Amino acid sequence: MQQQVNRLKPFFENINFEREDNTMVVNFGPQHPSAHGQLKLLLELQGEEIVKAVPTVGYLHRGMEKMAENMMYNEFLPTTDRMDYIASSSNNYGFALAVEKLIGIEAPRRAEVIRTMLLELNRLTSHLFWLATHALDVGAMSIFLYAFREREYAMDLIEDYCGARLTHASIRIGGVPSDLPDNWTNELTAYVKILTEEIDKYEGLLTENRIWKMRLENVGIITPEVAKSWGCTGVALRGSGIKWDLRKEMPYGLYSELDFDIPVAQTCDSYGRYKCYMQEMRETMKILNQLIPMYESSEPQLMAHAPSHISAPKEDIMTQNYSLMQHFVLVTQGMRPPKGEIYVATESPKGELGFMIVSDGSPYPYKIKLRAPSFWHTGILEDLLPGHQLADVVTIIGNLNIVFGEIDR
Amino acid sequence: MRQYSNKQDVQQKSYYDDRFFITPQLPRVNISEDEVYSADIETLKSHVEVLESYIEAGELVVYVNATDNLKTITFLRDTLEYDFLMELSAIDYIKDRNGFEIFYEMLSTFKHKRLRVKCFISVKEELQSVESVFKMANWSEREMYDMYGVKVINHHNLKRILMPDDWYDHPLKKTYPLHGDETAQWYEVDKIFGKEARDVIGPEERDSAAIDRYDTTRFSRLGHEVEFGVDITDGKEPEHTPLAYQEEGGVKLFGKRLVKELHEDKSVTLDKRR
Repeated sequence: MQQQVNRLKPFFENINFEREDNTMVVNFGPQHPSAHGQLKLLLELQGEEIVKAVPTVGYLHRGMEKMAENMMYNEFLPTTDRMDYIASSSNNYGFALAVEKLIGIEAPRRAEVIRTMLLELNRLTSHLFWLATHALDVGAMSIFLYAFREREYAMDLIEDYCGARLTHASIRIGGVPSDLPDNWTNELTAYVKILTEEIDKYEGLLTENRIWKMRLENVGIITPEVAKSWGCTGVALRGSGIKWDLRKEMPYGLYSELDFDIPVAQTCDSYGRYKCYMQEMRETMKILNQLIPMYESSEPQLMAHAPSHISAPKEDIMTQNYSLMQHFVLVTQGMRPPKGEIYVATESPKGELGFMIVSDGSPYPYKIKLRAPSFWHTGILEDLLPGHQLADVVTIIGNLNIVFGEIDR
Repeated sequence: MRQYSNKQDVQQKSYYDDRFFITPQLPRVNISEDEVYSADIETLKSHVEVLESYIEAGELVVYVNATDNLKTITFLRDTLEYDFLMELSAIDYIKDRNGFEIFYEMLSTFKHKRLRVKCFISVKEELQSVESVFKMANWSEREMYDMYGVKVINHHNLKRILMPDDWYDHPLKKTYPLHGDETAQWYEVDKIFGKEARDVIGPEERDSAAIDRYDTTRFSRLGHEVEFGVDITDGKEPEHTPLAYQEEGGVKLFGKRLVKELHEDKSVTLDKRR
């Protein structure tokens, strides 16, 4: 069957082109390489200046919230990988933490240490990816290669732990599936050492680079009021001078025990956010260094003991009849959390990642609302882009670190 | 007789429920135990009618009338320092109560507290937009409309956001099947090839795990291999497919075959394990 071209009726026609004031409407994306996935922007241009911008999303919509309503809690966990696929462990963690809070259990300390290590490694891979692609968009090709090299090492570490490089599913409800492999902490130390030196080199290439500053400074200014009104979180908020990081302000997991700083920029522009990202990577490495002794001093238990909700360890399942029965019921029928509603937010590399779970006591969640930070970081483009030049669009999109897996869900 | 199933909720249900299992409830704490929340709720009560309020999972939940939503949100932002609206959406209770519960998830960066404002609207009611207070509601309310069909008034651009503009029905409703309804099956066929091509193409298979054993272009069965695209319906399926573990000649290393050639006629099936 031949596809009929005339059947594809576009939603939008370039009718403004012939008007007297002669604004031009440009379709930016969804296949534009710097649209970071599947963003379609309708830009109305007066010369090179943007008069109106309409971001259109939904090209990657897979209906995760619908899927969640039709899946048991443990089944849904690997699906969360596909939200922010640049840092998938952070989604796993957000979901696992929400379910744990709902059923009222706590992961053992060693599991929590491993989780925090994974979270911070994910933050590194995410920020390095952001740096690489953003710099590439703006025109700094070499930084892309350098940053991706270091990101590969971080992904190797994650691969050594859980076997996957992109969609990790490395965290379970109630703990983590396995202990760290031998020598992993040494490799982590070595990696942190390398990256500490490399980040200085990245900054040497970019921070005082004349072109980089010209492209980023005073571009994409988000005032604190706008940031609050648009629900900006993460670096988009801290770049606007508001010191708000859930790891520090409403700590979860181990973060209350860790010593780190929250970088804030007062300039509210893309350059300030860039500085925040770079500094945040250094803080992340500080955290990773503190976690290694914590790991060594922790007890080897990896999964929480809660027989009515969490399967027993493999050894018990294979040796003890009752554990096997529990495991069978939990796998076939699923765990039954109490009735109630819970909203649990964690600080993912992109911002506040929230999981709102409404449970009616059955093994299938009644509703899950995934609060993905990038959703509103895309929405703000409506207000942010007008007044900028066309060339700044790529800077702003890249700088806001939007990932379409979590916008469209 | 066919078993009755409620069409108001077609989502996955557990196949077995223990008769004697009593579902526990997430404990609800009295508000007087939290200083910040009790002060907040006192101030709020003087301003809007609070139907119900409690602390669940460490978070204050406040039920208000649906008509008061804008007033409540504005008051919370301006007076009680809840400066962020983090999330808003609906929960489908059409089956039980013929309506939606709307929640507004708020955060105070000054008090380090979260607060959930909830209200209930019936299916036919409309909801006031809070876009004028928090711009993030612009996209959130569009998503809520897209997913649940909740009508929001005073919104400047209430269009679908995630689904295509001409999509039929609202996919997060409990009445909407997981794989989409009949309209969804024809959506892409109609859009790309036209309605007249329906007979030629057929409806879209929207179950990603669906298997068709007679479809030899996309599926194969081990031990029953056939040529690509051959018609095997109505008894045309071959009885037996000769086994071939490797291609002609096999993979060679230093001139020798890595795996011995399989002669099917010479191979024997063992009666019992050695």
